[in-house]
Amino acid sequence: MSIEKLKSAHKLLAEYKYELGKIEKGYTNRTLYINVGDNVIKEKPVTQLMKDKFIGGKGFGMYYLWHAVTPETKWNDPENEIVIASGPVGGITQYPGAGKSLVCSLSPLTGMPMDSNVGGYFGPLLKFSGFDALELQGKADKDIIIFIDGNKGTISIEEAPEEAIDSHILGEQLTEMYAENEEDKRNISVVSAGSAANHAYIGLLNFTFYDVRRKQIRLKQAGRGGIGTVFRNKNIKAVVVRFAGVKGNLNNAADQGKINKTGIKLHKEIHDFDAQQCRMRQVGTANIIEVMDQYDLLPTHNYKFGAHPDTYKISSKVFTGMITQNTPDGCWYGCSLSCAKAVDHFELKTGPYKGQKVIVDGPEYENAAGLGSNCGIFDPHAVLELNFYCDTYAVDTISYGTMTAFVMECYENGIINKEITGGLKLNFGNAEASLEMLHQMARGEGFGKLAGLGVRNLKKLFIEQYGADPVFLNDIGMEQKGLEFSEYMPKESLAQQGGYGLTNKGPQHDEAWLIFMDMVNNQLPTFEDKAEALHYFPMFRTWFGLNGLCKLPWNDIVPEGNKHSDEPAKIPEHVQNYVDIFNGVTGKNIDKAQLIVQSERVYNFQRIFNIRMGYGKRIHDAIPYRAMGPVTVEEYLSRAERYDGQLKELVGFNPEGKSTEEKMAALRAYREDQYQKLTDAVYKRRGWTMDGVPTVEHLQSIGMDLPEVIEVVKKHL
Amino acid sequence: MKVLKRKSELCIACHACESACSNTWFKEDNAEKSCIKIKEGEKENVIISCTQCGECIDVCPVEAITRDKNGIVRINKSNCVGCFICVGFCPVLAMFMNDEYIEPFKCVACGQCAKQCPTNAIFIEQE
Repeated sequence: MSIEKLKSAHKLLAEYKYELGKIEKGYTNRTLYINVGDNVIKEKPVTQLMKDKFIGGKGFGMYYLWHAVTPETKWNDPENEIVIASGPVGGITQYPGAGKSLVCSLSPLTGMPMDSNVGGYFGPLLKFSGFDALELQGKADKDIIIFIDGNKGTISIEEAPEEAIDSHILGEQLTEMYAENEEDKRNISVVSAGSAANHAYIGLLNFTFYDVRRKQIRLKQAGRGGIGTVFRNKNIKAVVVRFAGVKGNLNNAADQGKINKTGIKLHKEIHDFDAQQCRMRQVGTANIIEVMDQYDLLPTHNYKFGAHPDTYKISSKVFTGMITQNTPDGCWYGCSLSCAKAVDHFELKTGPYKGQKVIVDGPEYENAAGLGSNCGIFDPHAVLELNFYCDTYAVDTISYGTMTAFVMECYENGIINKEITGGLKLNFGNAEASLEMLHQMARGEGFGKLAGLGVRNLKKLFIEQYGADPVFLNDIGMEQKGLEFSEYMPKESLAQQGGYGLTNKGPQHDEAWLIFMDMVNNQLPTFEDKAEALHYFPMFRTWFGLNGLCKLPWNDIVPEGNKHSDEPAKIPEHVQNYVDIFNGVTGKNIDKAQLIVQSERVYNFQRIFNIRMGYGKRIHDAIPYRAMGPVTVEEYLSRAERYDGQLKELVGFNPEGKSTEEKMAALRAYREDQYQKLTDAVYKRRGWTMDGVPTVEHLQSIGMDLPEVIEVVKKHL
Repeated sequence: MKVLKRKSELCIACHACESACSNTWFKEDNAEKSCIKIKEGEKENVIISCTQCGECIDVCPVEAITRDKNGIVRINKSNCVGCFICVGFCPVLAMFMNDEYIEPFKCVACGQCAKQCPTNAIFIEQE
């Protein structure tokens, strides 16, 4: 159908005109509220309190979400919001990784506030259009599109019945529809989901940017926690922003020169060292696939093992050969780290787009590990095809990979069978079955539809309907708080077990990735050392989300001489860069310690938000034993020498003459105890009670003692 | 293709080229706004200016840098988003910026500097 025909089917439901604003020191000082249920569009002022306590980005998202919902609100209630925000630093073009949008909503998987960090142009273009954040509330009757024209100062809500749902088509259609001409396409960004988000709880949001060289849209994903599912539940097909006139100084920074200087310094560093360090420009995050395998950290067969003889088939070298090089692969202007890789002219072998040649945005490391090795799939074409379909159908590749790995282990153990799966032979390594399950998920049919509910719901279903052993399923189901684990094997790193478990939104590596510091370099020998790292790094990394920034340019490139600095793992020079660009934009004068306090406020606010929703306590920070140690005899025996050695040296248990089951029990008791001791130490360091509740004194000391926050905490102390 | 060529061993660091360049393009005598830079060294002075190699063309995210029909690498300032990747990625550090402007600037081999050079350390050559 032609674009004109699609457009002519639109019915205007509401239109709103606004004064174009001016950004001052990183803030427009205004946000946009849209209720798609009653078609209300209004502006809200950004208060000084919001800027002081919540900074921006996910801070604003959490603040608005808190005030939009009650403790009883469910993810699919109309009052649940999706908040999309950049941050004060967001939209600068000089420092790599400064175009991120932060998306917050109550998650269908966890029932708690979720936040997801995504590239693409939407956040910055929204800000240049005049808004620091966008709140979406309510539920539309029919599919709608929201269009924000940041040059004309108009916002419209349009009923849009005819466009595609899947993002790779919808993104193109809407870019074509709302751009005034070919040249204008770069000024459009589309937020959309996909057909699987109509059914699955693991639905994501795609954010587009227009690739001027490929002359096609590219997709970046707000993947975690099912926010795409909330979007489709509200019957929103897409949110489109248009802003022409991007320049490097639209933030009206307090000190543009400081930002320029800091950015150029990092560009030069990336130019000089990336090819020898992480090769982000060459292959993106996929550079670590074989490194993870070498260190026994690459999840294979549902995290049973950390390496596999076939990993070479999906190594970074293989993907380097498949990626179509297009040097400036940044997802926002000025990102010279350029990790947004793509495979062009990829011919699909299955599904509704079979035979078509498409762009695959990826592979990212998480996709190769989650869709690939964790499911025992070592076929690079299958990994890319799963990657493509997950993106366009709006399925989180991490949750999909971890869920599929879980289902495969259940299948191989006879917990589920062909009758239950509707004929899908879900053995490890069966790429065809995984693809068919994904297509079913998009069609809302069969076992694929069930699978889309995520590991937590599947465990319940298998226990209640198919008589599965709850202890075994809870041991091997790699979810916590309802969210699926991301793709690193944490068994041999206690600090990383904490990095996954002692988190706000569930087991992701957005807060802390401590495996090398802990397991490989042994820099965190004591509980106190681990607790310090599990305080500092989650707080430091939270700060990216407050400011519209990406984490990768912090430590996926390091300056010359970093290893001789006082704290190499922190990359002190880069921390100072962030202090400089924040001060450069906002005109404030923070230092690296105040940076951490900014994060602590929002981090604790989010923890208390979890508590307010009925979660967020110590019991919710427990992790499945598969994340800590060998659940099965097969796993124990595969690393018997390591485990026997540990029993002798660490546990004081002589393994000689003992059965494998006895040794496993001794190891389990030890490791579970270690996790509890770590939890104690981390809570203490974070200023929380031993039940994981932030204390009033701590909240006062960091300046997060807002009355509504104290009111929640007091009930739990 | 016209290129500004350098013979650093002839440079006496009089900086006349920098004055000529900044006067031509920015209407002021300010070495900070020159597309050619003279770095004074103990043994030899170094002349830094664009070789028209074009590596900046490939790193520009908005295709604001192109090669014109004469082979000169040029910046379209209206398309430039001021990211300065080209400044950090120039192999000879000859893409310049100044805090007064949000776009970078570079030598386009206009030859005004060469006319002022008393020792012929810089000269326009057809490649």
